[in-house]
Amino acid sequence: MRSPISRRHFLKTSFFAAGTAIAGTSIAKAATSADADKEPLVTLIDISRCIGCEECVYACQDANAHKFPEPEKPFPKMYPDRVPVEDWSDRRDVTDRLTPYNWLYIQYASATTKEGENITLTIPRRCMHCQNPPCVKLCPWGAAKQEKNGLSRIDAQICLGGSKCKDVCPWDIPQRQTGTGLYLDLLPAFAGNGVMYKCDRCYQKIKKGEQPACIAACPENVQTIGKRSDIIKMAKDLAKEKDGYIYGLDENGGTNTIYVSPVPFDQLVFETGKGKPHMHPVKDTMADGSNLAIALAIAPIAGAAAAVGKYYRQMKEEA
Amino acid sequence: MVYDFKSRRIMYGLTLFFIALSGFAQMPIFKRYYIADIPGLGWLAQFFVTHAIHYALAALLIGFCAYVALDYYFARKNSGTKKFQITEDTRISASAWVKIAALCGLIITGCFMVVKNLSGIYFSHGVVIGLDLLHLIFCMLLLGATAYTWVRTRSWIC
Repeated sequence: MRSPISRRHFLKTSFFAAGTAIAGTSIAKAATSADADKEPLVTLIDISRCIGCEECVYACQDANAHKFPEPEKPFPKMYPDRVPVEDWSDRRDVTDRLTPYNWLYIQYASATTKEGENITLTIPRRCMHCQNPPCVKLCPWGAAKQEKNGLSRIDAQICLGGSKCKDVCPWDIPQRQTGTGLYLDLLPAFAGNGVMYKCDRCYQKIKKGEQPACIAACPENVQTIGKRSDIIKMAKDLAKEKDGYIYGLDENGGTNTIYVSPVPFDQLVFETGKGKPHMHPVKDTMADGSNLAIALAIAPIAGAAAAVGKYYRQMKEEA
Repeated sequence: MVYDFKSRRIMYGLTLFFIALSGFAQMPIFKRYYIADIPGLGWLAQFFVTHAIHYALAALLIGFCAYVALDYYFARKNSGTKKFQITEDTRISASAWVKIAALCGLIITGCFMVVKNLSGIYFSHGVVIGLDLLHLIFCMLLLGATAYTWVRTRSWIC
């Protein structure tokens, strides 16, 4: 399904789009070179260009099929009973939400334009790859990792499937598959519950200097990848050009996925819930920890000052 | 000699209890095992809350350790004067050295983990896993040594 607004704006924005595509290609080349170590890679998603063909969805599945779980059945009995079994291995063809076998899906949103026209937008949804990702930073086992190029991913060899990453993710992105992973070799009845899966931005392709599968497969050039400073400039220019709106620049302290929409994000109406992330404003979930880090730096100085103060007070009294 | 450090013992004990509790709460276990369902303990399943509490208590513990260490140094330096309970004969007990080593390990690994959690900081995956494991090992060592000294009524100094 193609948004009418993208058709109407096609000619108007064709010059900009051509420029974007050319710039995107060169940026992608630069981004996969040594520069990627200096500045994170960011993807720009121009929602108005997406036609919802799901080419990106299937390209993602093909490129990452070798990473998908092959759970052992029957699953071990887990205690207590409240521990949920999450099994997607018999529903691998589900593409209308995020699952352990579907790391990218197309979200259908309805909206009304400024001109009063009702339109449907299609939005590729996956991990936002936060600049300071709580899924990575708060993983108690170090199973999730962030690379210098800004992508975050979960190591399926280490993850125990406790789902903390999903709980701390503002968009509940990671999805669990029971019956696979390290927990089976430890205490499967009492700790762990499988492995968490999410978009890893095709890290294996990035390493080889290639684009992520979803970007390379898109016939409409919806996504552009490049260095953060370049992509942010591009997103702002695009938003200005199309009188559009930006999502992801400040959300959760800033993400490495930037959406540009022709309609304000708070006016998009779409189904949210399990495996279907929202697009609400998100405060920086790691901000409290970063602020408290200052207290940690001051603490030893304060403690030492208190001891010195006590010492001089006692010496004065002694004298 | 019996040393009267009741107030600092209470403060250290409470800090240690809650910092260990909030530390274990970083693992998704309290909800799974119904502990967070106990009235008043729901916060144990809220990761950002326990994370902030752990940081705040770590600041308190580091400040407290700096205070006690320096206070002990000054007291030894001025042993013999009536204001100081510590004398030249005062020694740190063997079990206390174990606890001091564990505390140093916890503080050092903890500081690295705090830095790691700042935006724009990248540690290699091996370093992150190493820090996580070392922090847990030092924690278990401290709790083990604390339990031992509690049961055997061993003091920090003798």
